[in-house]
Amino acid sequence: MSDPRQRLDPYVDQYSARAAGMLASPIRALFSVASRPEIVSLAGGMPYVTALPLDAVGELAGQLITDRGAVTLQYGSGQGDPGLREGICEVMALEGIHANPDEVVVTVGSQQALDLLTRIFIDPGDVILAEAPSYVGALTIFASYQADVVHVPMDDDGLVPEALEETITRLAAAGKRVKFLYSVPTFHNPGAVTLTSDRRARVLDICQRAGLLLIEDNPYGLLGFDGEPHRAMRADSADGVVYLGSFSKTIAPGLRVGWALAPHAIRDKLVLAAESAVLCHSSLSQLVVREYLATQPWQQQIKLYCELYAERRDAMLGALEASMPEGCRWTRPGGGFYVWLKLPSGLDAGSMLPRAITDRVAYVPGTGFYADGSGAEYMRLSYCYPEPDRIREGVRRLAGTIQAEQELLAAFGTLPADGTA
Amino acid sequence: MTSELTAGHPRTELSHVLVLAGGLSPERVVSLRSGDRITGALRETGVDATAADADAALLPLLTTDPPSAVFPAIHGNSGEDGAIREVLGLLGVPYVGSTADACRLAFDKPVAKALVAAAGLTTPASVTLRRETFHDLGAAAVLDRIVARLGLPLFVKPARGGSALGAAPVHTPADLPAAMIGCFAYGDTALVERFISGTEIAVGVIDLGDGPQPLPAVEIVPTSGWFDYTARYTAGRTAYYTPARLPVEVARAAAAAAVTAHTALGLRDLSRSDLIVGLSGQVFFLEANVAPGMTDTSTLPMALEAAGHDFGGLCRDLLIQAADRGA
Repeated sequence: MSDPRQRLDPYVDQYSARAAGMLASPIRALFSVASRPEIVSLAGGMPYVTALPLDAVGELAGQLITDRGAVTLQYGSGQGDPGLREGICEVMALEGIHANPDEVVVTVGSQQALDLLTRIFIDPGDVILAEAPSYVGALTIFASYQADVVHVPMDDDGLVPEALEETITRLAAAGKRVKFLYSVPTFHNPGAVTLTSDRRARVLDICQRAGLLLIEDNPYGLLGFDGEPHRAMRADSADGVVYLGSFSKTIAPGLRVGWALAPHAIRDKLVLAAESAVLCHSSLSQLVVREYLATQPWQQQIKLYCELYAERRDAMLGALEASMPEGCRWTRPGGGFYVWLKLPSGLDAGSMLPRAITDRVAYVPGTGFYADGSGAEYMRLSYCYPEPDRIREGVRRLAGTIQAEQELLAAFGTLPADGTA
Repeated sequence: MTSELTAGHPRTELSHVLVLAGGLSPERVVSLRSGDRITGALRETGVDATAADADAALLPLLTTDPPSAVFPAIHGNSGEDGAIREVLGLLGVPYVGSTADACRLAFDKPVAKALVAAAGLTTPASVTLRRETFHDLGAAAVLDRIVARLGLPLFVKPARGGSALGAAPVHTPADLPAAMIGCFAYGDTALVERFISGTEIAVGVIDLGDGPQPLPAVEIVPTSGWFDYTARYTAGRTAYYTPARLPVEVARAAAAAAVTAHTALGLRDLSRSDLIVGLSGQVFFLEANVAPGMTDTSTLPMALEAAGHDFGGLCRDLLIQAADRGA
């Protein structure tokens, strides 16, 4: 060889600054093991799609291609299929939103809607406010556009309005450009709390007074276990809120159909941004969802999902109560997919993950849900996918892992005084 | 370059072969990449190769449609501790690489260090301790003794495992507890070595029937200063020099050390020894690998290329050799 030096990537010095964090990571390596069936994965938020009427969906999809292939296999509009957008408005009506289909932009899951919104609003260094903790997929997008994420505390009632107001004031005094507040007010991921009605009004009022746009991300809103759906914040503020919705949890994530409901000026930019990104979305997926909404008992299906997830939530909470070591605390979700667990003082969920994988149980360490690297003492547990017996077994294994970690830290004297071993 | 095996030795016709990749260790994703690369390279040479995981479907697959030979590319536990190879032996399926007995010795770093030291190689001074020891005797006192005995800096790593997972350099006594805890996340036994400053190299050894032959040493220069998981598997984060920039006599000593380790551990077909050339030119043995990484950023494929081997052809020849040898 003429040059013995190899760097294996000739473009290593040419990547953009936003690619700086795209590195191989041991944590990601561990997640590749977590997907194996031998591991009880309490990590991923995978909906239990086998509960769908798969025969009916299959027949519907087949007919769409057979009977209307010239449309379903063709390009579509950047804003999305008009019939689907009408169906989306019917879905949102369940949460008190009265919208016009013309205000809806269909996206590749709500994840793309969030990406497009960040693209059209954020210059490097702009500030985004987000709950502490916040959805990891959102934080990843924000990082890729080099936003400066500032967290606002939550408690059991969701985002703390006083903290929001104080943060806005502080950032304004520092001359920071705050572009929007990103929030998951209902069945929060990962926090598993829901913003109370009173606080919803207060948060909207604070945002309105500050001229701050609210991004309401609501993938779990219809997956409540008790009573009627919570009223969406968008229902009370058409101009100040961009609402993000998704069929990933209420139908199936493999369809990749979500949407944004936005004031018209933002909508126009979203459509242009969507066309720039993907020209148009999958016509087939959109029409499958449209026909599913038109011909299948979709509200009954959501009810079935809710019952199934409530049973699994109960299995997880019961198992946590029965087996978690002293010092652990966790949320009791009223809907959605997750429990947010705080470890006893001194324990680090990320450092403990390899041991958990060895014990054949997986979770998501808390640090991924914070832009500032905090959250080491938290983990997200998901109950949506494993059967109840597997959930109980997974929690039992996890309790053993935590206990072993406590004993190890106690031996090395790294537990704080209030740590329990 | 045509390998020695293809140059005239009798050869078995391969019907189809299996590349084992995946497993349940933290190195699963690395193994899958190694397996993909081996499988693809074999197919390019015309071999009917399939990748398979080490799961409940494996034994039925091996018994209903036995392959001519298996290429194990599972890293970490079960792949390198001999377990999978023991099962292949039970089933009478030929495989590339070292026997289960040899793997058990080589995969356990403290055992491997003792064996190669007995064969005349130098390894960094070290202690090996199980986590229970710290519970039973009190960590602070034991850690103090480690520092007093070995000095600083140190290098802490799990006694079994690879890809630098759970491994960390330690420069001050205050860093040692965290390094030990990080290590014990990946295993119950820790190897604490005196840190050797110098040039980090990897030396592959290939045996195609004419005895173990060393490959050119690959010098490893991570941009961050230490060869952790990210530096290993993010292309561009480490510069590699093949052959290593070593004086001729040091390069010879390193090659000889790799062959000695291969032989002393009873290894077969292929191995990779990780070595450090100290500032005085002395070669230190760190560890041996019985299922070396074969990813796009792994050192063994670089060494093979530098030596003029065709990667797919070499994998094929190793499989033919295994099939000839039988179970």
